[in-house]
Amino acid sequence: MKIAVCVKQVPDTETKIRIRADGRSIEEAGVNFVVSPYDEYAVEEALRLKEKQGGEVVAFTVGDERAATALRTVLAMGADRGVHLKDPAFEGSDALGISRILAAALKKTSFDLILFGKQAVGTDQGQVGPRVAELLDLPHVSVVVSLAVEAGRLTAEREIEGALEIVESPLPAVITAQKGLNEPRYASLKGILAAKKKEILTVTLADLGLEASSVGAAGAREIWEKLEVPPSRGAGKILKDMEPAAAARELVRLLREEAKVL
Amino acid sequence: MPKDVLVFVESRAGQVKRPSLQALSEGRRVADALGAKLRALLIGSQVEALASELAAHGPDSVLIAEHPLLAHYQAEAFTAVLAEAVRTTASEYAFLSATAMGRDLAARAAARLEAGLASDCTHAEVTAGELRVKRPVYSGKAVATVRLAGSPSLATLRPNAFPLAAAPRTPSIEKLSLDLPESRIRARTTGIKASEAAEIDVAEAAIVVSGGRAMKGPENFALIRSLAEALGGAMGASRAAVDAGWVGHQYQVGQTGKVVSPMLYIACGISGAIQHLAGMSTSKVIVAINKDAEAPIFKLADYGIVGDLYEILPKLTEEVRRMKGQ
Repeated sequence: MKIAVCVKQVPDTETKIRIRADGRSIEEAGVNFVVSPYDEYAVEEALRLKEKQGGEVVAFTVGDERAATALRTVLAMGADRGVHLKDPAFEGSDALGISRILAAALKKTSFDLILFGKQAVGTDQGQVGPRVAELLDLPHVSVVVSLAVEAGRLTAEREIEGALEIVESPLPAVITAQKGLNEPRYASLKGILAAKKKEILTVTLADLGLEASSVGAAGAREIWEKLEVPPSRGAGKILKDMEPAAAARELVRLLREEAKVL
Repeated sequence: MPKDVLVFVESRAGQVKRPSLQALSEGRRVADALGAKLRALLIGSQVEALASELAAHGPDSVLIAEHPLLAHYQAEAFTAVLAEAVRTTASEYAFLSATAMGRDLAARAAARLEAGLASDCTHAEVTAGELRVKRPVYSGKAVATVRLAGSPSLATLRPNAFPLAAAPRTPSIEKLSLDLPESRIRARTTGIKASEAAEIDVAEAAIVVSGGRAMKGPENFALIRSLAEALGGAMGASRAAVDAGWVGHQYQVGQTGKVVSPMLYIACGISGAIQHLAGMSTSKVIVAINKDAEAPIFKLADYGIVGDLYEILPKLTEEVRRMKGQ
């Protein structure tokens, strides 16, 4: 099996967000960057499939110099090699641009399975997996919590409201991983040392044969004009030092008469 | 050219999903602000009967796409239909609800249409003939104002973030002609596994009661479930409770769980880790019940009770039942 796993580097979920003076982006100084948590489920699933069925796991990322550390993390977990899609023209890409870049790079090899996290933490969109599938004309299953691959076919369970959908598809296919799919491993010391020797191929706009105008800020169709901290909700009414029954009665009264939600 | 709006209406098992009616209501508001037409799109195997349900929320017309291959949601088939509907109507904007189906379909259809897509929007505004949407980013720690450039553009709207509005119309019915070869649909839905109890899903509920670390064990979630049932809402949980194995992952609210925007969110024994707040901070009214008066959740709460949830929850359930005359 040839397996691709696409990852994104994002601010650690514990990070306090500070907005830059430009009012459109976040301050990156002092921020701890990690592999997006959902991508770790994708990486783990790729490694398990390889361990069972043999083959190769190739990790892809789009990003600046710093994003190479995300690839090193994935290589330390056990991926065989990395592809770093890096070009000044890629900067400012939206989901459409990122998908074009990844699809162009993935097209150069015939992968049996391409895995993504269900969404990147940060932009929180969940677009790139299904978009890449469409651009490569492959079937996809998103938000997957269970996956079985056998004899050129996959069976996946995907999370929907109040139920799981069972989806079957021929390979090659695209999967996006949801929490519950597996428990991602930590990189071992041995893995970290081995990762230093693994190949990371840098691929640029010219290598992909893409037009500069189709990616980056130039090709973006989803334009962040402003970034703000959410409005604070104001001080609430806190009931304390009350008998439980009295507090319960008062809360129900407030919810019914003041908040009008009951 | 008027900037027409198309709203995809989701149905499952012959039922129109409530978030789709909210999306339709917002679609009407945006279309009015743009001086444009609003079309609703129904996709399924026997969905024409649902068109009358939509009339109350303002579509000028209802497009019907019926085909045996559309009986269940299948990404490739629905993508082909949605993209075709957007193209043939020359719609400027297509709205979907940010449900499991809506998010999946919107992403793939956006790629087919080479369109921009803003996911999980909580606000939409038209100024000088241009649509801008707002969407929480960085797990709700910031809000982005987004302009969607180019035509068409897509947006998914967070369930419950937009009010249901009455706007009665008598929509015309149009059938979308379909060329849907079976061979084009590779990923097939072959079954649906319902969760054990036929419960309201936390992502859809108008009222959510969640339990956290202070629940101490699976047995105490009966307190949460009772209150949720009395309120006609859904049970939720924090990551701590899910990771401890007390309740299943389907109940988890927050990052790596579900994002909710109910009318009322009651957080019980949840301190308010940033990952949890990410999933519920756009709830209309937030109630916190916690022993620790310093818990961060109280900063977000509209109402709170400082006290022992094991004493308060039974009283609260009793009080709600009394109020409802149950």
